[in-house]
Amino acid sequence: MSVAVVNAGPRRGWKSVSTWIGAIIVGIAVLCAILAPALVPHDPFAQDLDKRLLVPFWMEGTDPAYILGTDQLGRDYLSRLIYGCRISILIGVTVTVVSGLIGITIGVLGGFLGGRVDDAVLFAITTRLSIPVVLVALAVVGLLGSSMTLLVLTLGLLLWDRFAVVARSTTMQVRNLDFVAAAWCAGCSRFRILSREVLPNIASHLVVVATLEIALAILLEAALSFLGLGVPPPLPSWGLMIAEGKDYMFFSPWVIVIPGVALFVLVLGINLLGDGLRDLFGTHRTDT
Amino acid sequence: MSALLDVEGLEVGFGSRTSAVRGTSLTVERGETHCLVGESGCGKSVTALAVMNLLARGGHRTARRMTFQGKDLLKLNDGGMAKLRGNAMAMIFQEPMTSLNPAYTVGSQMTEVLRRHKGASQRAATDRAADLLARVGITAPGLRLGQFPHQLSGGLRQRVMIAMALMCDPQLLIADEPTTALDVTVQAQILRLLAELQRDLGLGMLLITHDLGIVARVATRVSVMYAGEVVESAATAQLFADPRHPYTKGLLRCVPVPGKQRQDEPLGSIPGTVPRIGPGFAGCAFRERCDFADETCAHIIPRHAASPGHDYLCRLPA
Amino acid sequence: MFNFLIRRLVVAVLVAATVMTLAFILTRLSGDLATSIAGPNATQADIEAIRQAYGLDRPVLAQFFDWVGRALTGDLGESYFFKARVSTLIAERMPITLTLGLTGLVIALVVSLPLGILAAVRENTGLDRVVQMVALFGQAMPSFWLGLILMITLGLNLGWLPISGTGSWQHFVMPGIVLAFSAIPALTRLTRAGMIQAMGSDYIRTARAKGLSRASILLKHALRNAAIPVVAIAAVQLGFMLGGSIVIEQVFALHGVGFLAWESIGKNDFPVVQAVVLVLAVIYVALTMVADLMNAVLDPRLRGP
Repeated sequence: MSVAVVNAGPRRGWKSVSTWIGAIIVGIAVLCAILAPALVPHDPFAQDLDKRLLVPFWMEGTDPAYILGTDQLGRDYLSRLIYGCRISILIGVTVTVVSGLIGITIGVLGGFLGGRVDDAVLFAITTRLSIPVVLVALAVVGLLGSSMTLLVLTLGLLLWDRFAVVARSTTMQVRNLDFVAAAWCAGCSRFRILSREVLPNIASHLVVVATLEIALAILLEAALSFLGLGVPPPLPSWGLMIAEGKDYMFFSPWVIVIPGVALFVLVLGINLLGDGLRDLFGTHRTDT
Repeated sequence: MSALLDVEGLEVGFGSRTSAVRGTSLTVERGETHCLVGESGCGKSVTALAVMNLLARGGHRTARRMTFQGKDLLKLNDGGMAKLRGNAMAMIFQEPMTSLNPAYTVGSQMTEVLRRHKGASQRAATDRAADLLARVGITAPGLRLGQFPHQLSGGLRQRVMIAMALMCDPQLLIADEPTTALDVTVQAQILRLLAELQRDLGLGMLLITHDLGIVARVATRVSVMYAGEVVESAATAQLFADPRHPYTKGLLRCVPVPGKQRQDEPLGSIPGTVPRIGPGFAGCAFRERCDFADETCAHIIPRHAASPGHDYLCRLPA
Repeated sequence: MFNFLIRRLVVAVLVAATVMTLAFILTRLSGDLATSIAGPNATQADIEAIRQAYGLDRPVLAQFFDWVGRALTGDLGESYFFKARVSTLIAERMPITLTLGLTGLVIALVVSLPLGILAAVRENTGLDRVVQMVALFGQAMPSFWLGLILMITLGLNLGWLPISGTGSWQHFVMPGIVLAFSAIPALTRLTRAGMIQAMGSDYIRTARAKGLSRASILLKHALRNAAIPVVAIAAVQLGFMLGGSIVIEQVFALHGVGFLAWESIGKNDFPVVQAVVLVLAVIYVALTMVADLMNAVLDPRLRGP
């Protein structure tokens, strides 16, 4: 029996602080996403043309009912921000599930079977890397019309490369370890070896990749929505909020500053957490 | 005239937990080969690196005295030390395979030493490099100068390292296990070359090895190191004829001597392993493995002189 | 080495062929192209006319092989919207995208190399942590948003740089900085890791034993070896940056290839879209081969005995 032993040794100073900061940011964001309907002070879709572009709390002439002000259609910015968090997290996670399923399957097969299969996997990865992601995603959404489902599927189909690369190389390492050879000798089936020996031992690496992919998917969704070919309006995606605020940014910079900072902080938090997990898992594995 | 290299009371620590060298003293005279012997991990290499001020990050050295050609090495800053290294004092290492930079040609790596220290022209430096390659027994030196390290065998690379060390006519050559990583036949060639160069150029050489066979062949003086201390130091003949420290005796018993040893007689061995020594350790570090140890060995050990130039660190009287 | 290059060339051609197929499928995804080209107010007769004019009435396979055959001779078809040859359109716009990409790469290298070296030399100090933080921040920065913020601060408030357009070299500074941000984290980390590895190696100990100056040890002996993976990744990053420039070109109204593609997507101008996808993919594949060649130049071990 073999288990990937997590190297949970004492981690010093700033590294653990930054991991905690990341975990707290992600925790708050996830809570916002789940509890969004209960948290919002206003309906994020309700327009009030009398209350357009109200300023947020730190500026002169703010309306206390709208802490972060309102957008160009008079919608409450805080409410839209909270719903935007929901969209970002939803897309980040679902895209990562899709791309993870594809990438891990391809990578593990290539790494485990080797030979021709592995050549094909490498070729698929090379081809995938040569395809400009943003352009193709834009083209698909542009031709088929924008919807959340389509966006998730498109990004999922495009972002599996890192999963495949990591799954392939770690599977290769695990395959050559003694306990896997022992399992072969004991007459275990391929499927059993894959599911009982290989996958548990590469899981920690894949979790780290997953955090990076969630962050990447969130950034890409924002970029596509910003270009008008991501999440369809009036959904309050942060990218879309920045796009809509762009026309007013020279006079009311906060309309792009607020969603941009939110996006930056969330992605930074996920990356901090991912970095922390990578250190936590280490690469130490004991074979007993 | 003072000794070429004179080190007294050298201590090297890594962090606060490990003392790698504890009060080592040794001298290298002009034109002699001083061998530093001991098991791996006893602090021989660290001693050499400390003299060159090449300790890895985290290493810290102190000494009561450390002079080279009468110059106080402890007072030199990094820049001053760099002016000596590769110039008046040179060093070659155990790993010829990785000690040369893979990205530059042999010629470029050799000439930069002379250009740096003597301000030589590229042409003069190249000529000198070619001469030295020939001197260390490399055929077609002109061809070799243009080659990269990966194109040379281990033995050739070590010859290049030796030639490179000689570029600036050093007074002192420190060789840290120069033959350990090489094939047996190549080992003998390199050793012969070093001995010959030492004699011809009148070098002072500090040769670090764990091989008593090498010591017997080339050393003028021997210092035996154990757990960061020099436990016995003597002229070579004297040490082999009349070893005093139980560790030295044990080491010598481990070497088979053809003719003197019967076929069925078992070779000697020293039971146990080298202990890990932290700061504040007192007494003899060998006492756990020593047949003659008693409770006094846990206290401060005197250094006895067996004869002029032969001293050892043990409670046993001369 | 020669065999290796031949193999890479074969893979490159296969990749290009696969991308061509995918690009073709991509543009057929929406179903009836003629309807989308004709627009919502077209009559059935208009649609039929368009279908015949663009050869969309022929079997899909025939259209595909026709496109591939022409593309191989450099003919990428004709744009429906611009009424011009696609190859001409792309050739006109490419200099802007390439200028942007190269500016971004140069800025990224100018920032990453010193930062990475500094962090490696001061490993595990406050400075090292700051550099790693910079890399993390760069990784989390939404490029289009950074572009807008720079427009407000450097452009509007400080007035240092022009806000959009392509009139002068200054126009490329802001977009270059923004584009560089996407490559800086990876390049900095790689430089740092490579330098740390090199500085701990035996040949650096030899260089120190030779009494070389600190500058020579760092910049000649260590950096040369640490730079090998950095150069390879830099070439690949340039490929990613060209692909990613579509967002930046849109933000700064730079009329490069990315902008062209974005316009064409909006107009259902599929010959342009599939051609840009293909061209960017081919450039990427070419850049990976350049990376291999540069590795061989930098690392004598790859050149064989």
